[in-house]
Amino acid sequence: MDVKVKILRYNPEVVDEAEWKTYAVTLQPTDRVLDALHKIKWEQDGTLTFRRSCAHGVCGSDAMRINGRNRLACKTLIKDLNPEKEITVEPIKGLPVLKDLVVDMEPFFDAYRSVMPFLVTSGHEPTRERIQSQADRDRFDDTTKCILCAACTTSCPVFWSDGQYFGPQAIVGAHRFIFDSRDEGTEQRLEILNDKEGVWRCRTTFNCTDACPRGIEVTKAIQEVKRALIFRRV
Amino acid sequence: MPSKPAGTLYRGREGMWSWVAHRITGVGIFFFLLVHVLDTALVRVSPEAYNEVIGTYKNPIVGLMEVGLVGAILFHAFNGIRLILVDFWAKGPRNQRKLMIGVGVVWVVLFVPFVARHLTHVFGG
Ligand code: SF4
Ligand code: FES
Repeated sequence: MDVKVKILRYNPEVVDEAEWKTYAVTLQPTDRVLDALHKIKWEQDGTLTFRRSCAHGVCGSDAMRINGRNRLACKTLIKDLNPEKEITVEPIKGLPVLKDLVVDMEPFFDAYRSVMPFLVTSGHEPTRERIQSQADRDRFDDTTKCILCAACTTSCPVFWSDGQYFGPQAIVGAHRFIFDSRDEGTEQRLEILNDKEGVWRCRTTFNCTDACPRGIEVTKAIQEVKRALIFRRV
Repeated sequence: MPSKPAGTLYRGREGMWSWVAHRITGVGIFFFLLVHVLDTALVRVSPEAYNEVIGTYKNPIVGLMEVGLVGAILFHAFNGIRLILVDFWAKGPRNQRKLMIGVGVVWVVLFVPFVARHLTHVFGG
């Protein structure tokens, strides 16, 4: 089938302003948006710039705004997008655009680093594994699935207008350890997220939950952290 | 950075739009309350001045604005309850869409009879 793909192009070395360019490509309905981008780059315009690594929804490189919503290009099928109409592709919102669909992810990773996304323990290292019950493991199962694609953070209206906000992903990253019975850094992480740019900025628009390609219930994770702060109990 | 954000509007769902509506109704209600506090305070200036100002409200345009005001307050109130449930009730986030439908239903049930009754007062004399 013939599909029109409209891409927001931006090359700071040539023009000051981003502009829409439309490309006609022939695709299978079961192709993905990433295949369309490949075809355009390989057959029509080699300057088209975007990130991708795994092409199978594992690495989180290719979050972009497809038909107005944050999606992974490698997990979005053409047939699910109403391909009779033009398909629009833009960079994710709220992070500085470097070129075409590539944004500067540093502010996003900075927020992630600041919540200490690693196991914090004290005392001697045990000689055996740290035992955990299945029920305890289940408490943070959902948030272990994150692939750091930034689809959630850049779908958040609060983050667009306030880049200081930690953003949904950092809270997901913190949640994964806060509710882990083996971890001892809970108090510190809760204090970090109690900041005025922390969980209280969340306005529960559910854009993040809708955007997450891993199906993580992001707003629910944020709410659990809020409740842990209010009731001082995890 | 592109000097003008040439992108499209983010296509959020009911969660995002209810947030936008909550903001707009909130700001609207704030301005109503401001005026309301001021005109009520006129009683302290003189009851005649108060009566005069309140008298100017008795016209169809203000009557229609009152319809908007009640609509805004009803939405803001019930969506506010939804937001509290989303934040405090463990099952809230998972049921937010159902809660949204609930807000819509209660809003219609209360608003439609109000409009019918209010407008007969405003235009029926
Ligand atoms: S929570 Fe989901 S949307 Fe957010 S960065 Fe992780 S995988 Fe991506
Ligand atoms: S390219 Fe790896 S997630 Fe899409």
